[in-house]
Amino acid sequence: MRGIISAAGYLPHWRLQREAITQVLGSSAGKGQRSVASYDEDSLTMAVDAGRRALGAAPAANPAAIWFCTTSPTYAEKTNATIAHAALRLGSEVIAADAGSGLRGPAAALRSALHSTDPAVLVLTGDVRTGPAGSVDEKDGGDAGAAVLVGAASADSGVAVIAEYLGGASATREFLDRWRSPGEARTRSWEDRFGEQRYGDLAAQAWEAGLKDAGLQLDQLDKVALVGPRPRASAALAKKLGAAGVEVIDSLASSVGFTGAAHPLLMLTSLIEQSQPGQVIALLAMADGADVFFFRVTDQISGESGTAAGVTVADQLDDADNTLLYSKYLAWRGVLPVQPPNRPEPARMSAAAAERRLDWKYGFVGSKDHESGALHLPPARVSFEGGNIDDMEPAPMADVAATVATFTVDSLAYSPSPPVVFAVCDFAGGGRLPVELTDVRPADVTIGMTVEMTFRRLNTADEIANYFWKARPVRGQGTAPVKGQGTAREQLEKTEQD
Amino acid sequence: MASHGIKDQVAIIGMGCTQFKEHWDRSTDDLLIDAVTDTLASAGVEKDQVDAWWLGTAQSGMSGVTLAAPLKLQNKPVTRVENYCATGSEALRQACYAVASGAYDIAAAVGVEKVKDSGYQGLNAFPIPTDGTQRTLTAAGMFSLVAPAYADKYGIDPNELRRTLARIASKNHSNGAKNERAQFRREMSVDSICAMPAVAGMLSVFDCAGVADGAAAAIVVRAADAYKYTDKPIFVKALAMVAGNASGLADPEFDYTHFDECEAAGKDAYAQAGITNPRTELAMAEVHDCFTPTELVLMEDLGFSARGEAWKDVEAGAFDLHGDLPINTDGGLKSFGHPVGASGLRMLFECWLQLRHEAPEERQIDTADRGLALTHNLGGYPGDMVSFVGIWGNRLG
Repeated sequence: MRGIISAAGYLPHWRLQREAITQVLGSSAGKGQRSVASYDEDSLTMAVDAGRRALGAAPAANPAAIWFCTTSPTYAEKTNATIAHAALRLGSEVIAADAGSGLRGPAAALRSALHSTDPAVLVLTGDVRTGPAGSVDEKDGGDAGAAVLVGAASADSGVAVIAEYLGGASATREFLDRWRSPGEARTRSWEDRFGEQRYGDLAAQAWEAGLKDAGLQLDQLDKVALVGPRPRASAALAKKLGAAGVEVIDSLASSVGFTGAAHPLLMLTSLIEQSQPGQVIALLAMADGADVFFFRVTDQISGESGTAAGVTVADQLDDADNTLLYSKYLAWRGVLPVQPPNRPEPARMSAAAAERRLDWKYGFVGSKDHESGALHLPPARVSFEGGNIDDMEPAPMADVAATVATFTVDSLAYSPSPPVVFAVCDFAGGGRLPVELTDVRPADVTIGMTVEMTFRRLNTADEIANYFWKARPVRGQGTAPVKGQGTAREQLEKTEQD
Repeated sequence: MASHGIKDQVAIIGMGCTQFKEHWDRSTDDLLIDAVTDTLASAGVEKDQVDAWWLGTAQSGMSGVTLAAPLKLQNKPVTRVENYCATGSEALRQACYAVASGAYDIAAAVGVEKVKDSGYQGLNAFPIPTDGTQRTLTAAGMFSLVAPAYADKYGIDPNELRRTLARIASKNHSNGAKNERAQFRREMSVDSICAMPAVAGMLSVFDCAGVADGAAAAIVVRAADAYKYTDKPIFVKALAMVAGNASGLADPEFDYTHFDECEAAGKDAYAQAGITNPRTELAMAEVHDCFTPTELVLMEDLGFSARGEAWKDVEAGAFDLHGDLPINTDGGLKSFGHPVGASGLRMLFECWLQLRHEAPEERQIDTADRGLALTHNLGGYPGDMVSFVGIWGNRLG
């Protein structure tokens, strides 16, 4: 049985109310809100966050490949997926590549993964949707990451699937609907009606072929997710599904926005999370063509593996800061240039130094002295306790929760979004790192607050994106994966008991 | 024993110090020439009589040529040293050891920094290629971590501690106002300092050292030769230095209310000098008040106050100009300014004036006859620093 082993969506902490856009620009930006990647997030960091959770939910699965899809890549020429590969601490035998820079990448990667003979393939997506002030992508777009681990169920390895792949189909035809030159902020589009009709035709074509491929009748379906940049393109299909009693799930348009290359897998994740064992579900993704995928949800959905073990898309809808200022949003996206602190900008990182410390920089792996147990962040060769040399083992700390021992707010330090909120963080079970906090307002930081690690883009210099980890407040049960270690709160409670 | 020390083996016979300020019209070369010229005159020696030179500068130049070229030295050894903000003390330490070893008869220690040519406020470290994971906080941010930790540990209301820190700044401004070489010469009340907006934690810019250009220098000879040059030499009683191993950053035991490196350097220095009660034996101390919480904590690290008591001693005026142990009588880094490579020598310059009863009348301390003064000079951050402690005396024994 091949299908979805695990799936995870990532919604950034911040929401921009569309009313806030209306207030500044005068013309209506519509109702509801959109999700906003923080200034230190990008398509890769959000994909990594989702990927950590997808892998964390299926510790027995070993992906042979990761495919990364976005329309807002950090790099051209250089492959972006290798950065996610490093942050997810995958083995060097795992291929990591980008699945193109178009909106259709995720559907293609998902199809490829479902048709692959690899035991497991991780499809990562992330997108930051923006444009000039008042643009459609600003108003109706959203930022998110999503990850789907695809593979074969295997009793031997203990890998199960939460959704069995039943079949699917694609329809392709070249037509010009939306386009953007590499490096440009603004996406242009042809007249709406043209794209809507072309997508409508392609969706109908793929849908019928997909049903046939899966051997399904319309009335066997329970829930469907319809995804695309033209919401009205699938209106006819939605009507038909409704008439047949098939539920079309919420597109997240009013709560998150259309998250571009992240949206198909974000919606697939949400679809699975909303389903019951035995239900038949479908994802229809329209992007320069149409692709449909049919699945049957298994009883693993409520088991130890799968999304049920983690934080759902719905959880993250509720757990957000809804008060982001439009001016802040514009500054974060670079649409509104703001005066930086009068401090030297950071120097570019050294490629060689970064590569030497790959596990630390990207994987947040410290070292632990065998004799004393002293934890070293960053990893060290000589122990500060006992002084033993080269007697350390790697200490992966990305999934370990921490508490704030003390903190400060620095308005003088260079930051893409001052002030810098900085805390001395003590990790559950040992280890300390003074590190930047993110996704927090300075007034909300307290000594003793629980934080978890998150992979972020610290800055960019000489067009080199400098990635490392920050700490963010744990909200609810925490969103970071904690393989077999319990939630962040449970980890700290356990430490206190010890 | 941590170190044998060179108590009473060498002496300072001349010193000079430029004004510390934004020397827009002065280059590094100018500052070096001015400080060295004054120092040689003070010692009564010619440039060519100096056998060896040590130049401390953190980032205003590289190599001994930085000093040899402007002074046009002729075939002399010049060593450039750097040890964070303790760079000036490090140059002095090397010059003292060189004379004590017998290698040279006369050595000079020179410190200089030209920080105001960078175009930025504050100090800016020379970028060394890294993996990009280093913290991005300013020094003010790092030292601001001390204040809430100290308040929490000793149960002090943060608003009360805010006033205590302001009192430290106010005292140093008051002392600096009496110093014609100081960068800031305006008195500041506790209330006005407390009213300033915070820039890092609870600290405002008035909790931070002044950033200035400047240079200072000293001439070192064997103690046995000292009276040939001056009837009031200052003898080296102790030179202690600790480079921390940065474990404070990684060790959850470190609580940001003390600096182990400073405590260790202080203990070593007291042992070298034979001091058992620094609070009563010292006439004064110049300490590294880069930020107000630093001076507070140093009172405890250096043994002037019991743990958790420094804030009370500060409030009681113990460290005021006419208190029982005057601290930073020249205004300190806060008011005198902090040209990194020069600051350690600037501290000694104040001891030189005070112990010789040559400080201006309005800031001459009452306790000079105790005969011993301490300079403390650190570099780096809480949990991750170098610390120097020197002890100086106006008589042998």
